[in-house]
Amino acid sequence: MADKLISHIPDGPLSEKWTKHKAQIKVVSPANKRKMEIIVIGTGLGGASAAASLGELGYNVKVFCISDSPRRAHSIAAQGGINAAKNYQNDNDSIYRLFYDTIKGGDYRSREGNVYRLAEVSNNIIDQCVAQGVPFARDYGGLLDNRSFGGAQVSRTFYARGQTGQQLLLGAYAALNRQIAKGSVKSYPRHEMLDLVLINGEAKGIIARNLVTGEIERFGAHAVVIASGGYGNVYFLSTNAMNSNGSAAWQCYKKGAFFGNPCFAQIHPTCIPIHGDQQSKLTLMSESLRNDGRIWVPKKIEDAKKLQAGEIKGSQIPDEDRDYYLERRYPAFGNLVPRDVASRAAKERCDAGYGVNNTGKAVFLDFKDAIKRLGREVVDARYGNLFDMYKEINDVDPHEEPMMIYPAIHYTMGGIWVDYNLMTTIPGLYAIGEANFSDHGGNRLGASALMQGLADGYFILPYTIGDYLASRFKEPKTDINAPEFVEAENAVKAKIEKLMSIKGKKTVDAIHKELGHIMWEYVGMARNEAGLKKAIELIQALRKEFWSNVYVAGDTNVFNQELEKALRVADFLEIGELMARDALSRNESCGGHFREEMQTEEGETKRDDVNYMYVSAWEYKGADVEPELHKEPLKFEFAHVATRNYKD
Amino acid sequence: MNFTLKVWRQKDAQSKGHFETYQVTNISEGTSFLEMMDILNEQLINEQIDPVAFSKGCKEQHSGPVSFDHDCREGICGACSLYINGRAHGPESAVTTCQLYMRKFKDGQTIVIEPWRSAGFPIIKDLVVDRRAYDKILQAGGFISVNTGGVPDANAIPIRKENADKSMDASSCVGCGACAATCKNGSAMLFVAARVSTLALLPQGKIEAARRAKAMVAKMDELGFGACTNTRACEMECPKKISVSNIARLNREFLAAKLKD
Repeated sequence: MADKLISHIPDGPLSEKWTKHKAQIKVVSPANKRKMEIIVIGTGLGGASAAASLGELGYNVKVFCISDSPRRAHSIAAQGGINAAKNYQNDNDSIYRLFYDTIKGGDYRSREGNVYRLAEVSNNIIDQCVAQGVPFARDYGGLLDNRSFGGAQVSRTFYARGQTGQQLLLGAYAALNRQIAKGSVKSYPRHEMLDLVLINGEAKGIIARNLVTGEIERFGAHAVVIASGGYGNVYFLSTNAMNSNGSAAWQCYKKGAFFGNPCFAQIHPTCIPIHGDQQSKLTLMSESLRNDGRIWVPKKIEDAKKLQAGEIKGSQIPDEDRDYYLERRYPAFGNLVPRDVASRAAKERCDAGYGVNNTGKAVFLDFKDAIKRLGREVVDARYGNLFDMYKEINDVDPHEEPMMIYPAIHYTMGGIWVDYNLMTTIPGLYAIGEANFSDHGGNRLGASALMQGLADGYFILPYTIGDYLASRFKEPKTDINAPEFVEAENAVKAKIEKLMSIKGKKTVDAIHKELGHIMWEYVGMARNEAGLKKAIELIQALRKEFWSNVYVAGDTNVFNQELEKALRVADFLEIGELMARDALSRNESCGGHFREEMQTEEGETKRDDVNYMYVSAWEYKGADVEPELHKEPLKFEFAHVATRNYKD
Repeated sequence: MNFTLKVWRQKDAQSKGHFETYQVTNISEGTSFLEMMDILNEQLINEQIDPVAFSKGCKEQHSGPVSFDHDCREGICGACSLYINGRAHGPESAVTTCQLYMRKFKDGQTIVIEPWRSAGFPIIKDLVVDRRAYDKILQAGGFISVNTGGVPDANAIPIRKENADKSMDASSCVGCGACAATCKNGSAMLFVAARVSTLALLPQGKIEAARRAKAMVAKMDELGFGACTNTRACEMECPKKISVSNIARLNREFLAAKLKD
């Protein structure tokens, strides 16, 4: 089985790998492309850009999304920006520097070859988006503007106000619409993939539920692309959209695709703190705010106590009594340290009792100095919509009082294992964007998710999938009446029937919330051996309860949002366990994965490069059977492996 | 806070709908409107599970949890809709329903919740409507005809900041449907104008501006959306404050296209 884990990274110098690879892989002639079908699951930046580009090339594409329109995919909510190595600011940025920052930011747990390619195509993405009419921010001279993001000392982030994801997605969605109009892409909104169909071990189609009618439908193709995003909602409360889920990826895992680094989840430092137990969703405040906002808690514990009791306000505490702890601990990067570092630092201060709201779980993000330095108008031009959103939610004006923020689950670096071609361990099954594990290692840098989604969809997958399809153009269209389809459809129907027939005492959300508590407590920002073992037990017990005591309201063959949720939570209850297992097996701290046993005296992460410099790739072995861990060793030939240092 | 909710219930597109009345209690001020809907649904489901223990809300037989569209809950995906007390996205201006908080209502208030009502958006279930018509309008021409790859450097064509900013303003449209749902004529002009303007303001999009305007307006008419009579209700209710000046720009592009015919 281990021979499945071949990354197919080409030999040779870093900067020539992709060029060389492209020259060597096969292509499909235009006439043969017209005979071939590809299924794409998801319409975020990865899925929409892939489906559009594949359609342009002449393939017959079927694209699926769970929303009423492809434009709703959660890429739309990305705020701050997209990185590219354009060096338009003349600040000595380069493809190599973007590559190096990404490898270092990921704490040396990603592949050099993949990351270099990502940096390499980043510049094409910006060109493409501008050509599509994405209204990026510009300077008075008419050229593109940039800003800085965490983990970088250059300004390489392109942005469209605080709505960059929206604008990029509208660009990809427009390209997709153009192909839908031409007939090369067929769109299936309000459809959810519930199983992957394999014929002779190759991905040949899916079983999907029509969410409007409840019908179970079969779709065949020559290849299947998973672009369904991450599984952050396993924590119940996260910055993910309410309907974001890991189910499509999980069905692939259960059909044999290895799952890479499941425990690597990103906790974003600047979210609006939790206000109570009636909450369903956490709201992100863009990382771009850390360009000008300064993060602090009081120096004196008395002040913290008064803030917690609501006796004083943040603005009343004088500068000398404020602890700008990121600037203090990490002078070289200050407020722009990577997300995992900023999140842990906030937790450390709050755990020590310096939290600034009534729950003690919040720190300040202050714009007082920025407003003094730049003027209110400039600050509003940069962050106006974020300030408005904050005020709407909290009833507090961030011009007057510092914002309160706290870390929250935001993104999953882990995902389906893929090789350099973005193909999974199942032939013909590809995974792109957040759904795969490939580029961000233990921690993703800000403004790099948009970059990866579009890199995969526009510029990588359309090339690499040709290599697979080139030898299959003589194959006829997949027969959806094949026994494999019938069997998969029956299994999906049986699963739904079972769920609906339990008629227990607990709602789907109640169980999901319990899972979220277990995950946040034991598989969250700080993890340890005993806690992870406990989490596995608790999740197994909760899963048992779910399958014997859940109540799914409504009927099967109709529009039923409770059933949709139940199917997703059933999978979260398995994903959570795999995350805990992976976290337990990785007895080192790296990136977002912090094992309390492995920290320096100063509380920084302590990697173990001797024992853990690998990608963990888990193989499904059956229900309630321990999965098998495979290891893909990581080799660093070009980047110097060092302890991450954001101090000097 | 406590509220009486009158919610539109409709089994499917074919069935006749009706209002059902529910009580929700102990809602905190910082709870969002959709979180309040989540709480209502938990309550309705729990009443189905155990009618005795949970019989504090709806006293009569009810239709189970309420279906409504929602996703990002950050005011950007455009999935949430809802007519709340007769207004699209509720009483606040410039926010989507998901960004509406209960502190904006009075304790004890009765809140009437309905789906979008527009010929262009047929009801699927309860508060969920079918907005595929908006996708179809964009498919008719809401794009710039470039394929992936082979495009010039991003800084090759400078764009006046003023135009880029205006393009961005128009491009803030989230495609929620409030404009057409609010318009007494059921017109989707603001939606169409926002996309036409976004692209027409940029040199890249200028090239096919006329063709685009014509194709999108024709599709809008074909799909049964009404004509614009400049009541400006759409602008009032737009959660992203898309300006009706975009409609003027659309009309200019449209006329220019017609003159060329």
